[in-house]
Amino acid sequence: MWDQIRANQRRSAVLITVMLLVLVLLGATTGGALAGQEGIVFGVGTALIVFGVQLAIYFGAAESVLLAGANAREIRRDDSPPLFNVVEEMQLAAGLAFFPRIYLIDDPAPNAFAIGHKPENSAVAVTTGLLHRLNRDELQGVIAHEIAHLKNRDVQFMTLAAVMLGSIVILSQFVLRSMAFGGRSRSRSSSRGSSGGGQLQLILLIVSLVFAILGPLLAQLLYFACSRKREYLADACAAQFTRYPEGLAGALEKIAQARVAPTFANKATAPMFIINPLAATGQSVSLFSTHPPTADRIRILRGMAGASFAAYEESCRRALGRGVIAPGTLAGDTPATIRQADQAGPIESRREIADLTYRSHGYLPVTCTCGAHINVPPGFDRDKIHCLRCSSLISLPAVHMPPAATPTAMQYKRTGTSWEAFRCQCGRTVQLSPAFNAAQIRCTGCGQSIQVI
Amino acid sequence: MIALIVIAAIALILGLWLAGAYNGLIRLRNQVENAWAQIDVQLKRRCDLIPNLVETVKGYAKHESGTLEKVIQARNIAMSAKTVGERAEAENVLTGTLKTLFAVSEAYPDLKANANFMRLQEELTSTENKVAFSRQFYNDSVMNFNTKIEVFPSNLIANSFGFTRREFFEVKDEAIREAPKVSF
Repeated sequence: MWDQIRANQRRSAVLITVMLLVLVLLGATTGGALAGQEGIVFGVGTALIVFGVQLAIYFGAAESVLLAGANAREIRRDDSPPLFNVVEEMQLAAGLAFFPRIYLIDDPAPNAFAIGHKPENSAVAVTTGLLHRLNRDELQGVIAHEIAHLKNRDVQFMTLAAVMLGSIVILSQFVLRSMAFGGRSRSRSSSRGSSGGGQLQLILLIVSLVFAILGPLLAQLLYFACSRKREYLADACAAQFTRYPEGLAGALEKIAQARVAPTFANKATAPMFIINPLAATGQSVSLFSTHPPTADRIRILRGMAGASFAAYEESCRRALGRGVIAPGTLAGDTPATIRQADQAGPIESRREIADLTYRSHGYLPVTCTCGAHINVPPGFDRDKIHCLRCSSLISLPAVHMPPAATPTAMQYKRTGTSWEAFRCQCGRTVQLSPAFNAAQIRCTGCGQSIQVI
Repeated sequence: MIALIVIAAIALILGLWLAGAYNGLIRLRNQVENAWAQIDVQLKRRCDLIPNLVETVKGYAKHESGTLEKVIQARNIAMSAKTVGERAEAENVLTGTLKTLFAVSEAYPDLKANANFMRLQEELTSTENKVAFSRQFYNDSVMNFNTKIEVFPSNLIANSFGFTRREFFEVKDEAIREAPKVSF
C-alpha cells in the first residue's frame, strides 16, 4: 500500500516537473522573442509568478470555495450514525490515518466527491440523491472509491496539476495576444541592426508560438490521462477495500442511469466526482475526458475473479485489452477473495434523509405524540411549539434554544448634575432632572429599572 | 586512489541501501502494529456495547436467558484473552453468539421496534464490519511484512536486527466469516 502511494508521488513529481518545464520554457521563449536576453529572465519570472499566485489561491481556499459553491453542509456523527459508520469502516479497510469530515449536499443527482490536499482539511461529500438510491453495499463502494482518492493523495496531485494547467493556459493566452499586438516591438528591435540577435529572436518567436499553441493541449492531455488512470486505480482500491466489486459496479450503474447532472458541477470541479457530472450518460470517451467511460469501469468490476489488484488488472486486460495498474502497485498486492452480499437496504429512509438535510441546515426535527413530524426552523426562539396537526404544545429540547441572554441591568453614568437625557434599550428617551438623586429610575416605555451611577 | 574512491562509493551505496531497507522494514512493522491497535479498539468497543445490549434485550425477551448467558460468557473470555491466536478464537465465538442473539430477537416485535435496540443493533453490526475490515487490513499488512522479512536480500537485515514473523488474525469457520445478517 505504501509502495503505491510512493509510486503515485513519484509519478506526480514527474508530471509536475514536465508541466513546470513547459511553463518555464513558454515564459523564457516568449520573453526572449519580445525583448531579447533580459526578456528571458522577465518571462520566466512572470511564468513563475502566475504559477505562484494560482497555487496560493488554490491551496489557500480550494476546499472551502468548492464546498461553499456546492452548498455542502457539514454533518456530525449524531446526525447520521449509519453514514459515519460506513465511512469509518472504509477508513479502517484502507488503513487511512485520519478521518475525513463529511458533507451533505442537498441535490437529487447522485454523486460524491473527495477533496482536501492535507489530511486535516480533507472531506468527503455525498448528495442526498446518492443516499436515496444506493443500498449499503453500493454506498460502501462509493465511499471506498473516495477514501482511495484520499489515501492515494490523488486530490493533492490533481489540484496541483489543475493549477499548472491553468497557469499554462493563462500564459499561452498572454503570448498569443501579445503576438497579435507585438509587431511594433519586433520591428523596433530588428531596426537596431543586430542581425544575429534578430535571428535568435525569430527562432525564439517561432518556438514560443509553438509552445503557446501546443503547451496547453499537451498539458491537458497529460492531465486528463492522469485523471483517468487515477479513477481506475481508485476503483481497484475500492474493490480491494470492500472485497466486493459488485457494490461499486452497482453504484456506478445507478449513478449513470440517473441522468441528472448536479447543479453545482463545472469543468474545474469535474475530476473530483465519482462519475463525470457533466457527461450524465458517460458514453463517449475522448482524450479530453476526466473519467473513463462508466460502462468500461462497470465491465471491469463485474469481470473480477477476486478482489485484489491482480484480479482488477486481469479483468481490465480482458475488457479493454490493456492494463491500467502500474507494475509497482501490483507488486505490493495481496490476494483477496470476494465476500458475500450484505443485503441491507439504503442506510436511511427517505424521511431520515430529509431530516438529515433539514438538520444540516440548522432545523430541529421533532415528533408530536400524534405522530406528526415537524422541522423547527433555525432562529425559532421559543421553548414550545404548537403541533401543526393536533395543535397540542410540544416542548422543544433545551439544546435548540440559543443561550439565554443573561439579564444585565442597564446602567447610565451621570456626567453632571444638570438636565440629562439618554436612550433606554427599548428606544424610549429617559430624562433626568437636576433634582434626581436616586440610585435607579424606571423607564416609562418598558418599565425596566435602570441603574444611575 | 581510484580504488579507494570505488571502495568508498560502494560502501556509500551499500550504506544507503541498508538504511532504506531497514526503514522500510520498520515502516511495515509499525503498520502491522497500528493495524492491530485498530482491531483492538473495535473489539473493545464491541465488548463495551454488549452489557448495554444484554440489558435492553433482558427487558423484552425473558425466555432467552440462556442465549444472553452465552453472550456474556463469550465476552468475558474474549476480554481475558492474551495472544493474537487466543483472541481471534474468542472473538469468533463472540461473533457467533451475537449472531444467535440477533436471530432470536426477530421473534420479539416490541424489542425490534425499541429505539435503543435499533441503535445498538446498528452500532454492533457496524462494529462487526469494522472488526472485519480492520482484520483485513491487519492481515494484508502482516502478509506484506512476513514476505518482506523472508525474501532476499531484505531477509539478511531482518535476521540481523531480529525482525520476526507476525501472526495472522484468522477466521477458521467459514460460517463465522460473515458478519451477522440482521433484517429489520
